[in-house]
Amino acid sequence: MDDLLREFVTETNESLDVVDVELVRFEQDPNNAKILDNIFRLVHTIKGTCGFLNLPRLEALAHAAETLMGKFRDGVSATNEAVTLVLATIDRIKQILESLERAQREPDGTDADLIGELERMVLKLGSKQPVAEEPQYAVGTLTPQVLDRPLRLGEVSLDELERAFRETPVDPPPAKPAKPAPAEAAAAKDAAKDDDAAKSSGQSIRVTVDTLEHLMTMVSELVLTRNQLLEIVRRHEDSEFKTPLQRLSNVTAELQEGVMKTRMQPIGNAWQKFPRIVRDLSNELGKQIDLEMQGAETELDRQVLDLIKDPLTHMVRNSADHGLETTEQRRAAGKPPHGRIRLSAYHEGGYIIIQVADDGRGLDTARIKAKAIAQGLVSEADLAKMSEAQIHKFIFAPGFSTAAKVTSVSGRGVGMDVVRTNIDQIGGTIDVKSVAGVGLSFIIKIPLTLAIVAALIVEAGGERFAIPQLSVIELVRARLGSEHRIERIKDTPVLRLRDKLLPLARLSDLLGGKAAGDVESGFIVVTQVGSQIFGIVVDKVFHTEEIVVKPMSSKLRHIAMFSGNTILGDGSVIMIIDPNGAAQALGKSVTSQIDAANTAHAAPDATAGQSTSLLLFRAGSTQLKAVPLSLITRLEEIDARKIELSNGRHMVQYRGHLMPLITLNEGVNIKGEGAQSLLVFSDGNRSMALVVDEIVDIVEDRLDIQVASGNAGVIGSAIIKGQATEIIDVGHFLPLAFADWFRRKDQPHRAKPRSVLLIDDSPFFRDMLTPVLQAAGYAVTAAGSAQEALALLNDGRTFDAAITDTEMPDMDGFEFATAVRADTRTADLPIIALSSVVSAEAVERGRRVGFHDYVAKFDRQGLIAALKEQTDVGRAA
Amino acid sequence: MSTETAVSNLKEYVTATIGGQLFGLPIQQVQDVFMPERLTRVPLAPPEIAGVLNLRGRIVTLIDMRDRLGLQQRVGEGVVMAVGVESGGESYGLLIDSIGEVLKLDDAGREPNPINLDPRLARVSAGIHRLEGQLLMLIDVDRVLDLSVKSIAA
Repeated sequence: MDDLLREFVTETNESLDVVDVELVRFEQDPNNAKILDNIFRLVHTIKGTCGFLNLPRLEALAHAAETLMGKFRDGVSATNEAVTLVLATIDRIKQILESLERAQREPDGTDADLIGELERMVLKLGSKQPVAEEPQYAVGTLTPQVLDRPLRLGEVSLDELERAFRETPVDPPPAKPAKPAPAEAAAAKDAAKDDDAAKSSGQSIRVTVDTLEHLMTMVSELVLTRNQLLEIVRRHEDSEFKTPLQRLSNVTAELQEGVMKTRMQPIGNAWQKFPRIVRDLSNELGKQIDLEMQGAETELDRQVLDLIKDPLTHMVRNSADHGLETTEQRRAAGKPPHGRIRLSAYHEGGYIIIQVADDGRGLDTARIKAKAIAQGLVSEADLAKMSEAQIHKFIFAPGFSTAAKVTSVSGRGVGMDVVRTNIDQIGGTIDVKSVAGVGLSFIIKIPLTLAIVAALIVEAGGERFAIPQLSVIELVRARLGSEHRIERIKDTPVLRLRDKLLPLARLSDLLGGKAAGDVESGFIVVTQVGSQIFGIVVDKVFHTEEIVVKPMSSKLRHIAMFSGNTILGDGSVIMIIDPNGAAQALGKSVTSQIDAANTAHAAPDATAGQSTSLLLFRAGSTQLKAVPLSLITRLEEIDARKIELSNGRHMVQYRGHLMPLITLNEGVNIKGEGAQSLLVFSDGNRSMALVVDEIVDIVEDRLDIQVASGNAGVIGSAIIKGQATEIIDVGHFLPLAFADWFRRKDQPHRAKPRSVLLIDDSPFFRDMLTPVLQAAGYAVTAAGSAQEALALLNDGRTFDAAITDTEMPDMDGFEFATAVRADTRTADLPIIALSSVVSAEAVERGRRVGFHDYVAKFDRQGLIAALKEQTDVGRAA
Repeated sequence: MSTETAVSNLKEYVTATIGGQLFGLPIQQVQDVFMPERLTRVPLAPPEIAGVLNLRGRIVTLIDMRDRLGLQQRVGEGVVMAVGVESGGESYGLLIDSIGEVLKLDDAGREPNPINLDPRLARVSAGIHRLEGQLLMLIDVDRVLDLSVKSIAA
């Protein structure tokens, strides 16, 4: 294509994208002259350039749109109808540009229809002061046969040129500028560009994608060559190449990073069209929709960006069409009339997380169930056992669409399955969270780039493979008789890892190898795909290497087990395992068996897998007792002679205070001499100690209370390290030491205690925390799940603060916070997150979703302090 | 592909023997001829794909022509050669038994496939040339690489 024309098409497309967005903004903010000026200027530039390049259709359209927008500028208010018309014109211009790009000339056809409408609109809006030259001009363009009328064309483009390039002293081009002379072309480019140039002021240059792609390929080659050299030098211990190679290696890494950077684009580029789409949809569907976009500046590889554009568009459309209710329905449901669609993006590790959330009606679980059964995806019996979240995942099944009616907006048979396939293809995952009546959110996690990844090189069946490091959680060496044993459920090998059962599969079996003996030993690559965790058994593990991902040959692309191939340092080609494919190959049967086994093993509550540090001790009997370590302030051994008896109670002087000693039960004798073991519990400046016979051990184990206890002071029994162990209820003993432990003097009396909503899926923690919170003077309402808590809030219950566990099945604390924030009634509720993992990332994520504070589970004092701060703030406000 | 374009109807073919049969490949499509080394087998791949290898930094997919043409499997001996071809921006290597000379053949001498030609051969044949003493089957490389053209055989 002619360079000039290509440049024009690129620039015009960019300008039009801006116009799109700006028009929608303008419609919402019709008094903003600046936005209008910007739009006007862009359209004007397009028009001017079209005239110059002899593109009569485009020019006539741009002109008519400009005339209409001139009315806006003259102060006529922009009606929805008028804006729609201008937008339609822009769409038409885009269509023409598309065929222009393909055929290098304007397509045949006429735009009389649109131009007519635009002109009628101009008349309708009826301004008093039309621009002077416009009536005459309008006569020129009015004729629908603008096309193929060289004379008129000539006139028009001349006219336009004069207007467009008024300031630039350029000779008018000939009437039929078949191919503009280079000098003129340059002038036109300058004129068309000077606005843009002012903006970017020469700090950036335009480079074709091909150039970048080529650079990337070359850098990939360089990386490969470097890897080869490193491999060679590794074999020659004292090579003089070592130092320069090290340098080369560093430079290569930097170069690689630099080139990668050139490929990065803000995700906002993919979102650019959404304001327009949402606007059109809200018109079409008669819904009021607000679109929020957060993190538009988050960058990712343009290749990835291209691939997620369509899925994202689909999801936004879905949200607008199916997710959000109509204004009336929303009012009836007590929701704000404006529906909200929120897009957000942020980086996490080597991934970008994109969320598409709406505050609509959520997924219709009943309908999904019915459809899943109707399509034969699942049996009714299986369905009954599934959690809501599992059921929701059916929307990703091929050919699944819950839309009752097919609308023009979505539901064209392309469903979430296509979205999922697209995202799978780029090694990403998608998850859905939905709360009926509250909203729906999709969480997409995709790698930042596809080109170079860190991978673990392994060997199976005598062949080497690469497993992308990002999906590898850990490596476990399994041997007979070692800590990590491989067990079997029926014929399925599983690994018991920290009391969680992981399904295992030999890599060579997954790859269709012959049944290769028993999985008794080997290396287990613990892999995570979405929420599914499983182990891939390999024979050997080598090292981690930065590999350049090369696409699979088109003849092999259908093999789901591989996501690509790469060339190793020694020059051989190996396959890159696709964890998604492996997860699928592992098969439903295996995972469901495991699920069943896991549920059978664990108590019905969901503490399964959560391990807790427990202190094991003996007191009064040989039976082991345990208490969560984090509740204990200190372990002490004191000289028994220091124990005093005062007012019938045992006391010891401890750090300048008298500390009461409480025996766990009658069986415990306070020693007369020697060392006495104590568990010290402190709160503020007061402490108490439990007298125990012997401190046995500190263990990490899952707290899984199997038998509840009728005894005061004992929550129940659990199996810890294979032994039945009593779990002590610390809350019972605190008031024994200080009768007023629950009514502290330093807490001012209140007419009404502050109320706290405590959300934790584990009954144990609820039971553990409730007395602690009560002791601190709060009225506690406990909820076993985020949904339950939301229901309470929806019922109009008010709380001074909420404390939520972050990790819960179905709906986690982050989503809970998002849902609470989304509801205007509860938007101000302080939320404190409790988590067993407090990483900077989690805290940051928590801050974003609106946690007021983030406290480690068991950090009782931290929790009370945080709670106090939040509720006091609440009261003060 | 710096070959001088054939005059008038003369076309150049690289000849190769596979399972005793002589085949001709259009020279414009042949990139190079190489000895496959460090071949990596691809698990789960269709049987006609012998594997992949690294040829000067490019990943080349090797097609086992014996399997593709429905000929007998090679038994152990002999050096295997590969003819490098390119299609759709990807590199392929066609495994053959041995490479022969380059022949200039007049297109006029090309005859259609005999009606009773083994369908597995017919599906990739672009015609037959009668040479002195033997027949040369012209290979349509695109069809060789179109692995979906297989159903006929089944």
